[in-house]
Amino acid sequence: MTDAQSIRITVNGTEHELAVEPRRTLADVLRHDLAYTGTHVGCEHGICGACTVLVDGLPARSCLMFGVQADGRSVETVEALGTPDALGPLQQAFTDHHGLQCGFCTPGFLMLVTAFLRETPSPTDEEIREVVASNLCRCTGYQGILRAVRAAADAGAGS
Amino acid sequence: MKPASFSYHRARSADEAVSLLAELGDDAKLLAGGQSLVAMMNFRLARPAALVDISRLAELRYVRAHDGGLRIGALALHRDLERLTDPGLLAGFGMLPQAARYIGHYAIRAAGTFGGSIAHADPAAEWCMAALLFDAQMVARGPGGERVIPVAGFFKGFLETGLRPDEMITEVRLPAPRPGAAICEFARRHGDFAIVAVAAAVDRDGGVCRDARVVLGGVAGTVDRAAGAEATLIGSSLDADVIAAAARQAAAGTDPPGDIHGSAEYRRHLIQVLAARAIGEAAGHA
Amino acid sequence: MPDLTGGPAVAAGAAPAVGAPPGTAPAGRWIGQPLRRAEDRYLLTGRGRFVGDLEPSGTLHLALVRSYVASAAIEAVDASAALSLPGVAAVITAADLAGVAPLRGVLDRPEFVATDMPILAADRVRHVGEPIAAVLAESAYLAEDAVELVEVTYGELPAVASAGEALAPGAAAVHEAAPGNVLVDFTPMPTPGLDGIFASAAHVVEAEVSSGRVTAAPMEGRVCLAAFDERTGQVVLQTSTQVPHTVRTAVALSLGMDEHQVRVISPDVGGGFGQKCVVAREEVLAAAIARLLRRTVKWVEDRREGLTAGFQAREQFYRLRGAFDADGRMLGLDADIRCDVGAYSCYPVTCGVEVLMAANELPGPYRVQSYRVRSRGIATNKTPIAPYRGVSRPQAVLAMERLMDEAGRATGLGAVGVRDRNLIDASEFPYRNVMGASYDAGTYRESLAQCAELLGYGDWPAVQARARAEGRLTGLGLACFVEPTAYGTASFGMRKMTIVPGYEQATVRMDPSGSVIVLAGTHSHGQGHATTYAQIVADALGIDPGRVRLRQGDTELVPHGWGTFASRSIVAGGGAVARASADLAGQLREIAAHLMEAAPADLELAGGMAQVRGDPATSVPIGELARTAHHAAHLLPDGLGRGLEATASFDPEGTFSNATHGAVVEVSPSTGGVRLARYVVVEDCGVMINPMIVDGQVAGGVAQGIGAALFEELCFDESGQPVSGSFVDYLVPTAADLPEFEIHHLCTPTPRTPTGSKGMGEGGSIGAPAAVLNAVNDALAQVGAHVERVPIRPADVMAAITAAASSDQSADRKEAK
Repeated sequence: MTDAQSIRITVNGTEHELAVEPRRTLADVLRHDLAYTGTHVGCEHGICGACTVLVDGLPARSCLMFGVQADGRSVETVEALGTPDALGPLQQAFTDHHGLQCGFCTPGFLMLVTAFLRETPSPTDEEIREVVASNLCRCTGYQGILRAVRAAADAGAGS
Repeated sequence: MKPASFSYHRARSADEAVSLLAELGDDAKLLAGGQSLVAMMNFRLARPAALVDISRLAELRYVRAHDGGLRIGALALHRDLERLTDPGLLAGFGMLPQAARYIGHYAIRAAGTFGGSIAHADPAAEWCMAALLFDAQMVARGPGGERVIPVAGFFKGFLETGLRPDEMITEVRLPAPRPGAAICEFARRHGDFAIVAVAAAVDRDGGVCRDARVVLGGVAGTVDRAAGAEATLIGSSLDADVIAAAARQAAAGTDPPGDIHGSAEYRRHLIQVLAARAIGEAAGHA
Repeated sequence: MPDLTGGPAVAAGAAPAVGAPPGTAPAGRWIGQPLRRAEDRYLLTGRGRFVGDLEPSGTLHLALVRSYVASAAIEAVDASAALSLPGVAAVITAADLAGVAPLRGVLDRPEFVATDMPILAADRVRHVGEPIAAVLAESAYLAEDAVELVEVTYGELPAVASAGEALAPGAAAVHEAAPGNVLVDFTPMPTPGLDGIFASAAHVVEAEVSSGRVTAAPMEGRVCLAAFDERTGQVVLQTSTQVPHTVRTAVALSLGMDEHQVRVISPDVGGGFGQKCVVAREEVLAAAIARLLRRTVKWVEDRREGLTAGFQAREQFYRLRGAFDADGRMLGLDADIRCDVGAYSCYPVTCGVEVLMAANELPGPYRVQSYRVRSRGIATNKTPIAPYRGVSRPQAVLAMERLMDEAGRATGLGAVGVRDRNLIDASEFPYRNVMGASYDAGTYRESLAQCAELLGYGDWPAVQARARAEGRLTGLGLACFVEPTAYGTASFGMRKMTIVPGYEQATVRMDPSGSVIVLAGTHSHGQGHATTYAQIVADALGIDPGRVRLRQGDTELVPHGWGTFASRSIVAGGGAVARASADLAGQLREIAAHLMEAAPADLELAGGMAQVRGDPATSVPIGELARTAHHAAHLLPDGLGRGLEATASFDPEGTFSNATHGAVVEVSPSTGGVRLARYVVVEDCGVMINPMIVDGQVAGGVAQGIGAALFEELCFDESGQPVSGSFVDYLVPTAADLPEFEIHHLCTPTPRTPTGSKGMGEGGSIGAPAAVLNAVNDALAQVGAHVERVPIRPADVMAAITAAASSDQSADRKEAK
């Protein structure tokens, strides 16, 4: 075990200062040190994408990044996209189009698509399918997710 | 799947990274995008004692034209190459964005780096194939300064390169390219490492092929050139029969491994199919 | 103490169906409306509570030392180095668990050999990944460090890595109790006349198909958090399970405690698909250690463990022969089935679960007149199996539908013709099949006709020929099936399990404000029960579904129930909810009748009011009835009010959804790759409580079925080593690997449930392997090739094409001579 290092990271606009062991993944730091448990861990080797968060605006597998690497950087998690009483537009599209069932993979998809729609506000269906293919969902067969992303894009969620 | 412990050092410059590597010894490793390394560490298949984080060395993130070729900073992201649109950079290098789209997915491409991929030396990695295809030169910085390593002989074996433990790639230089290049891959699932990938580049003068490269990925311990296929193409008219013959030679000259996704025989078959496609496509661009 | 909240109580229908004014049931009924799910709002905002999210201070992290050999005697376990690591609290081995009984799944029938699954292996390991020791440490990271330091000395023994090896003479025995490695040998009836039928049949066709090992791979792996409550002496186990009460029973039995001394809480669960409807030894282990150490213990399965040591499924082999008369009617069916069940028997359904279901349900939607089957469960030194969405049906249907395609060719009737001739007709329901199952009612032939029509089956030969002329190989495949769902105690009882699931209970309780809480023994983990149950309650009580909340997943709070698996919840749980709601509605009508001085029979509950039928002017708000019942009970005669609740149970006799799936594929003649061009489902699950949720269940099932058809396989080498221990090698399909699904519905309400609904959660995954395999073979038939195994790997397709081409050439050469 090596000594903990002090880091300062901004999560959803709030700055946190904490000491973490270097090997602690960003996913574990977010979930267990900072209590952002909306970010989920599904494979810890970068395939499933359940742990996707935004780091400085771009999607990142938080299982493939160490917490110490997020020092001084800005992280966005699902908790920032809306609240149960006030869903964000992408979240609204997911519920409208049955884009989730068990909900475990959902935060990863939401963060992935949030970054995507910011960069690509008017995507083609093929671009949507390609980006949704980044993450794994075991419940929906992706049908509702694809429709939700299409609807969110059409409603201007990315602009 | 939690990694073994290591000490973490963030480099503020390439020189600092090199001196940290020297200071920390052979069990230290560079951490760039981490998309392969960290996954291996989570499985404890890699367990460096120290990581030198170079991911923030913004000065190494660039793609520049130089003398008809390209100079690619080691920390250029996969997405930087995917999103190349400048015709001045793309001339002869259209294969680069094409290849980038085969690399994992959006989040992977937003983190993984060109130099990191080459240093990792996965035999199915698109950038390792591109390095061979474009006769790359790797600029390696070590305690004694910089040296330029030609790609021939750079990939030594599975995940093994000619870099010394205290060296880092700072830049990859691609000389003026052959005008036509392409890459074709086959994977069972979207976004995965290919079962077989073939890249080809050709230069033709009128009806005659002046020069050719055929590079195979995923079929041996390292990315590899299909020398027999290249020889068949050079001096030929690049017609369908020649391409088919070259593709057959590309397959015949290999001894690929078999695994749960396909036997050695199947891989040889795919080499032939994909080589024909890649060569044909490259010829079309040339 | 851990957080003791088992699953949030959420209200349904916060956003009503499109176009419906809030608070009003469109068309007078909430049932049938595609309401937005009540669960979504908190799950979408990261406010879910999954077991992995819980980490009370002082929690010890449990990591397992697992066998890395498939078969060995354990000669020694040395934990001294691990124990000397700072931060390591304990290393537990079997020796520390004296008095903790193994899990023992039992079928009380002579053809079944019962075996124990130890909580930790003591002196013998039987598969790679079998847990040998548990490390408890202050962090998950440290726990893994310590696992590496535990030294196990193995005395390696011969391993049987396949069913074929296991059955070979002289094979090593996985269990001493089963020297020939057959744990179940099921031959339900001798059918002596069958050979004569085959001897005189106009057509005899055969099919021999097999399927690779797969696993449910829910995105949330298995995970549990066990604590010991010293106030009550209770073990409190929060776990990601589909079956909280069954886990309680298993833990209590294993730990030698009364059931009230174990509390099982299952909060949000990230998918189960059957893998979490059996009890994991890790769940028992965590509970035992929490009791032993008086500490809170957390185990989070990682993906490598999930893919190597988590329950697996469906490695099966079928040999079928069918006898048909000259008109294409099936006269007889003869089947030999082998299931590789791995090293242990899962609790409570046992390793017989696939074996029995395969044999019992093979006849499917067809009129099979005479049937003989032998179905065996074969032990191997591989990870144990458990139910996975559809259990054996995807394979049974695969085999049967392969046979039907062959029969279509042999009889000249074609794929649709031969099926149509043998499917049970609507006029024949209720239909008792050759195995004694009583099918309620459905649209077996109609779904086939509609699916064929949607796929353009009539024009298909021309379409296919045009593609062929362009050098493309396309194929169309069909799969018809019936989905027996919601087994009740009568059906489960016939299996002779020592614990017999099947019924379900629900409590429906109205609070003084007129809102309702439903307590259910089922366990929704993606199926949307908070929404669908609310729709059932809302119709019965005439209230808005937004005023109905569901509480589940806590053995201390909800009535005893069997959880959610086997497509049972909307039938068994929904049936209990409907009955309890009807009871509560009666209570409300009586109170209203008293207050309004009317006859209860003249009152109806609608739009939030109790009113005299046909006279909306005479009405009392339901909220007022609720307030009276609780807060002004003195106004009511004795026996009315003093709370408002009803509990009911429902023990279904079984419902039978049906469907036809159709796939159109394009096979690459150069790479062997298969691309799905279309996927069409025509299904009938009776009354849909929420069609949006039904479509979601179908789609998710189809994706898993396509995964099994084309991508997913857990492979082992010849020594029993798993070689697909990551998502790099276990290929769960992505969005880019699947087409858009075209889902259509027929509706034959079942008379057997209060709502007319049939179970339907597994259907999607049942039809897909067969539809895809048949489509691929339709394409390959054009080049004289075929494949008989799923997953259909490109390499296998290519090998089949190459073999067909070379046998063609050699045939040509022979002719030339």
